Amino acid sequence: MRAFLTLTRRELTMHFVSLTGYVVIAGVQLLLGQSFWTLLDALNNKPFDMPVTEKFFDTGFFWLVLLLVTPAITMRTYAQERATGTFETLMTTPIGETQVVLAKFCGALAFFMIAWLPAAAYPFLLRHYAEGMAPVDAGPVAATLLGIALLGSFYMALGCFASSLTRSQIVAAMTTFAIGLGLFLLGYLSQIRPPEPGWQAQLLVHISMLEHMRDFSRGIVDTRHIFFYLSLTAFFLFLTHRVLESRRWK
Amino acid sequence: MSAESMIEVENLTKRYAGRTAIGGLSFTVGRGEIVGFLGPNGAGKSTTMRILAGFLAATSGTARVAGFDVLTQSEEVRRRIGYMPENNPLYDDMRVREYLKFRARLKGLSGAHCRNRVDTVIDQFGLAEVSHKLIAYLSKGFRQRVGIADALVHEPELIILDEPTIGLDPHQIRVVRQLIKDLGRRHTVLISSHILPEVEVTCSRVLILHEGRILAADTPDDLQQRMSGRAQVIAEIAAPAAELRHCWETMAEVEEFDVSAAEGDFQRCALTPRAGLDLRPRIYDLVKERGWRLRELTRSRHTLEDIFMHVTSREREEEN
Repeated sequence: MRAFLTLTRRELTMHFVSLTGYVVIAGVQLLLGQSFWTLLDALNNKPFDMPVTEKFFDTGFFWLVLLLVTPAITMRTYAQERATGTFETLMTTPIGETQVVLAKFCGALAFFMIAWLPAAAYPFLLRHYAEGMAPVDAGPVAATLLGIALLGSFYMALGCFASSLTRSQIVAAMTTFAIGLGLFLLGYLSQIRPPEPGWQAQLLVHISMLEHMRDFSRGIVDTRHIFFYLSLTAFFLFLTHRVLESRRWK
Repeated sequence: MSAESMIEVENLTKRYAGRTAIGGLSFTVGRGEIVGFLGPNGAGKSTTMRILAGFLAATSGTARVAGFDVLTQSEEVRRRIGYMPENNPLYDDMRVREYLKFRARLKGLSGAHCRNRVDTVIDQFGLAEVSHKLIAYLSKGFRQRVGIADALVHEPELIILDEPTIGLDPHQIRVVRQLIKDLGRRHTVLISSHILPEVEVTCSRVLILHEGRILAADTPDDLQQRMSGRAQVIAEIAAPAAELRHCWETMAEVEEFDVSAAEGDFQRCALTPRAGLDLRPRIYDLVKERGWRLRELTRSRHTLEDIFMHVTSREREEEN
């Protein structure tokens, strides 16, 4: 357990001793700020009939953050260690593969959530300056946060897996981006061109991340969604574990 | 299994897709020994070390470290090993003390014990002056010391160092060799090298590896001895060349000889003895008897280099 915490801390602090960590945080702030700006603009114009959190996610900047930031955070996890050879020193310490996989994942997820941290000020800003005119309920905000964490874990797990497959960070980043974008587009597809009603349509709705996120931002916490993301996260972490083990059967 | 052996390797084989890296390796290393793996690049040294360190698994055969199987009891083995891979990879973005502390914690040390050990190795390897520097900015010599310090920060029973002196300058090589020698007092050490004098000066036993097999295993001295049967004797004697030639022709112990003129009126004679004889006393007696002057009398020591060339070339002949 101690080794796990040590490694998690290392994975997290790694982002703060290099420039990339700050670039990522700055990029996220820029996109979120833009999103917030759009939201304020909408509030100032005609009234709308949805929770502000949903409006916030309607702008699409969230997806940009998720798709662009994931590769930037996870590309280094394994690829860099493989490229420099530190993978060997890491795996010959008494720490097990499971601990390594979990520590790297937790480190990445923690950094992702930290990059979101400044956005936590938005509800308070709204409440403060709008003086009760734009009610921000705690429920939808909490649900939204949960949604961000769940989608974040899935994407981080995916990114860690892609990084474990290669020793090139660029390949890792592009793989993560391609798979991430593909999955996102699957959901987007059902939105811009609704398919004929039938099982295909149902399937698309069920795996559509846009639909899931909409529910979360409305304050609906659907256990199906939670299960969906947790199982996908577990699945990709399991795959990563298998990849780490594979050096022994090759 | 005897309690004295630190490493027991039996019939270890590792095949990569279509290529055999090591084929049926068997050897044991006793506690407190400093053993050197010697072999050209691609002989299977690193592969063997990686298997012992639990990084790779063998295709067949078994390896035990301190009585634990490296495959089924990998964690127990890794607890007892300090391993420095080839090229000594380190995290460039960490500072020396931070790195050593991080590694010590990964290896299960904690609290005051962890701090003590980190302080100890920093002292032991003269890292105090760089302990707050980023590893990226260290010289190669310091990097190497950090790597070795990391390998023994958790006081492992067995230290495995893959090519510990590669890329160092002669002064640094000497420092690292001394470090390794000092380690041998308290730990079992396995090092690999393709540089022969290195193994010769640091190790108590040498395993010569070639194409995944052990060709010879002995102490450097015994290997010398085995070879010295063919050791040449060089003598520089002031005497007429023809007379010298005649002497060597008639001396039964001399198998081959070569006489050439040296500076002054000396003749340089290179003599190869018949089967394991030492010619030196015979030559001295001869010179004294004839009243010649003698200014050099040496038996050429076979360096490991010769032994290595000899063993590997014999191998090649058998193949052809």
